Amino acid sequence: MTKTEWAYGSNYLVYSAMAVYTLAFIAFAVEMSLNIRTTSKMLVGSDGSEIEVAVDESKSDRTGRIAVALTALGFGLHLLGVIARGVSAHRVPWGNMYEFSVTASMALAGAYLLLMKRLGLRWLGLFVSFVVLIVLGTAITLLYRPSAPLVPALKSTWLAIHVSAAIISGGVFLLANLVSALYLYLEHRESIGARPLWAMKMPSLETLDQLSYRLIAFVFPIWTFAVVAGAIWAESAWGRYWGWDPKETWAFITWVGYAAYLHARVTIGWRGRRAAWLCLLAGSTFLFNYIYVNVWGTGRHTYSGL
Amino acid sequence: MSELGIPSIGAIGFLRWTWRQLTSMRTALFLLMLLGIAAIPGSLIPQRTQNPFKVQEYFTAHSQLAPILDKFRLFDVYGSPWFSSIYLLLFISLVGCVLPRAFAHAKAMNAKPPATPSNLSRLEHFTTWTSEESPAALLESARAAFKKRRFRVLEQEGSISAEKGFLRETGNLIFHLSLVLLLVAMALGALQGCKGDAIVVEGETFFDSATSYDNLTPGRFFDPTKLPNFALRVNQFIPTYDLANGMPLDYTLKVTVTEVGKSHDAIIKVNHPLKFGSTNVYLQANGYAPIVTVRDGAGQVVLKGPVPFLPQDANLTSIGAIKVPDALPTQLGFIGSFLPTAVMDKVRGGFSTFPDAFNPKLLLSAWEGNLGLDNGTPQSVYRLDTSKMTRIGLEGLAVGETWTLPNGQGSISFDGWARWVNLQVARDPGKGFALAGAILAIFGLMMSLFIRRRRVWVRVFALADGSGIEVSGLSRSQAPGLEAEINELVTALKEGTK
Repeated sequence: MTKTEWAYGSNYLVYSAMAVYTLAFIAFAVEMSLNIRTTSKMLVGSDGSEIEVAVDESKSDRTGRIAVALTALGFGLHLLGVIARGVSAHRVPWGNMYEFSVTASMALAGAYLLLMKRLGLRWLGLFVSFVVLIVLGTAITLLYRPSAPLVPALKSTWLAIHVSAAIISGGVFLLANLVSALYLYLEHRESIGARPLWAMKMPSLETLDQLSYRLIAFVFPIWTFAVVAGAIWAESAWGRYWGWDPKETWAFITWVGYAAYLHARVTIGWRGRRAAWLCLLAGSTFLFNYIYVNVWGTGRHTYSGL
Repeated sequence: MSELGIPSIGAIGFLRWTWRQLTSMRTALFLLMLLGIAAIPGSLIPQRTQNPFKVQEYFTAHSQLAPILDKFRLFDVYGSPWFSSIYLLLFISLVGCVLPRAFAHAKAMNAKPPATPSNLSRLEHFTTWTSEESPAALLESARAAFKKRRFRVLEQEGSISAEKGFLRETGNLIFHLSLVLLLVAMALGALQGCKGDAIVVEGETFFDSATSYDNLTPGRFFDPTKLPNFALRVNQFIPTYDLANGMPLDYTLKVTVTEVGKSHDAIIKVNHPLKFGSTNVYLQANGYAPIVTVRDGAGQVVLKGPVPFLPQDANLTSIGAIKVPDALPTQLGFIGSFLPTAVMDKVRGGFSTFPDAFNPKLLLSAWEGNLGLDNGTPQSVYRLDTSKMTRIGLEGLAVGETWTLPNGQGSISFDGWARWVNLQVARDPGKGFALAGAILAIFGLMMSLFIRRRRVWVRVFALADGSGIEVSGLSRSQAPGLEAEINELVTALKEGTK
């Protein structure tokens, strides 16, 4: 196959992955609606007026499994698409913003599938598949660039190391922020009454709070590594390991934000609402860095039109 | 007593109070967040250290606002007193926080775990069962199980306390102290380091001495005599471009380096600097220098050689100035555009369509009069100050062509072109320490986040037909996993007792 054929193949695979993710999203939505029905039945049952109704949960469970299987299939296609992109360009597939977005959303789906069993995250699937679709959609419509070789400044082993660490960090930060946002919403709903029906099956507030902390504690050293690897690369490319380039500055701000988050939780004992807001605040600096500095920024991290 | 009835704390008391406030965790957290916020303006407002031209443009565009911003050092955020004071306070707070903890931790390294609490059922993951074994045998197997799992153990009458995970705090301390190392390394680099850059045309030789730099920023304690003595001849600069879209694919710079009498050839690439100890030579930018010969009205050659022009776009349309102060009867100056692959357009004028030199053209406007070089104000070598000059003509030249200026003012020939490179020479004696600090910080961070500190207790008491056993634990870090660990221990003890 030629370079162009690989590039086209990659595009088809990414489109197919999007189609499958869409099916997964629908399946997750169906699972949630089935949950709402069984939950409302249970509410009637526990009313006391009637004897408990036997609730059949197997239907929603089966739909959930199908949704996860579809997500896994979508991830497989997505992975192949990323690999094909790399083959077509003869390099790691994260040389511009399009490729970074496609690979980072793959990291998000991968992190979800990897941690789902261990942390009991299946309920998060609806949000994960939605975010992956949004990121892929944006990448394909707004950020797409034909597959091309790298400019000389990017030709370095550190591109593989530095950017892959940043991609993993981005995926897990996003996951933790989803959990924190959900926490804040459910906390608000519980404080004024009860959870909405669709969220009845989701973990307790305390579990969500802990989950977001654990994800941040897991990814913070990886993010630190991404920043340090970037500094080592900057030393060999630009003659200094730190120069307050806008991208570096915002990476530092994200680092400081999550360092503050960890200190607030571990040392001062922040929990719940305050910790979740701090998590979202620090997460938004990551997003700002990605969007603002790449698109409107002036620093040395802007290459070849995105 | 003061008037308000508050006991006076005195000067020492006040200092002690200030120190306590500064080293409290809340203050540290506040300073940390403040540091994050303080870093923001420097990424939105152009900074002198990165792009002095952008700062100048900002001053022109916002003539009212810029001087006010400048007063607050907002074009120099990361070297400003207010930014420095935030991170210095943060580091003082950090040291004040971490050092006492380090001493306490060093003492606790050999400490025994605390005695078994009287009521184990109030702790986490309480488990109890009975066994036919004797209390002494059970205690012994519990002790062996703890030793095997590398817990530190305190044996008491009828019970054992065990504790594990001291390395969590060790990692925490390593992380914070290595941040101090990182800061010291950065200071060392800033004070004793040196950075300079110079534009060198192909065929020219660069001598490493203070005067041959276009720009030299030595640290405050940098000794200029310590510049490593080397000479570097730029033999050839070879850029490779994608023919389809003009994107650069590769830059290769061939040089000959001479150090204390010995010479060798070397290659410098964008991600592969040339290294001398802690000094590196980087390839930073490149461009074209048209080679011209200028004759004055008397027919004398008054200028001959390459004149570096500054690239303006991705296709290396370059502009510059050719200044001829020695021309007679009046000084001559040219504003020039060099187009490596020239295309002439009626609307846009001349421009370049490819970065490589396939059809090089030199477009000139000639001026005569006073170049303004003698009044002492510094001038850009790439711009012509035309305030005391008059224009005498416009012309476009291909390689080999000569333009005879009107009124017998002389001539200019476009003999050819050379490439120039911008070399950056950076010396940073602190960078090795900075790297060590960063690596230690990552290891310390992983230890402090992934190691769990926990205590486990086992109590055994005699029953009529055997013994009763109680196990429970206490997680001293937020990481989960204690429950699984206690379950595993209980299973081992039960199986051992069978």
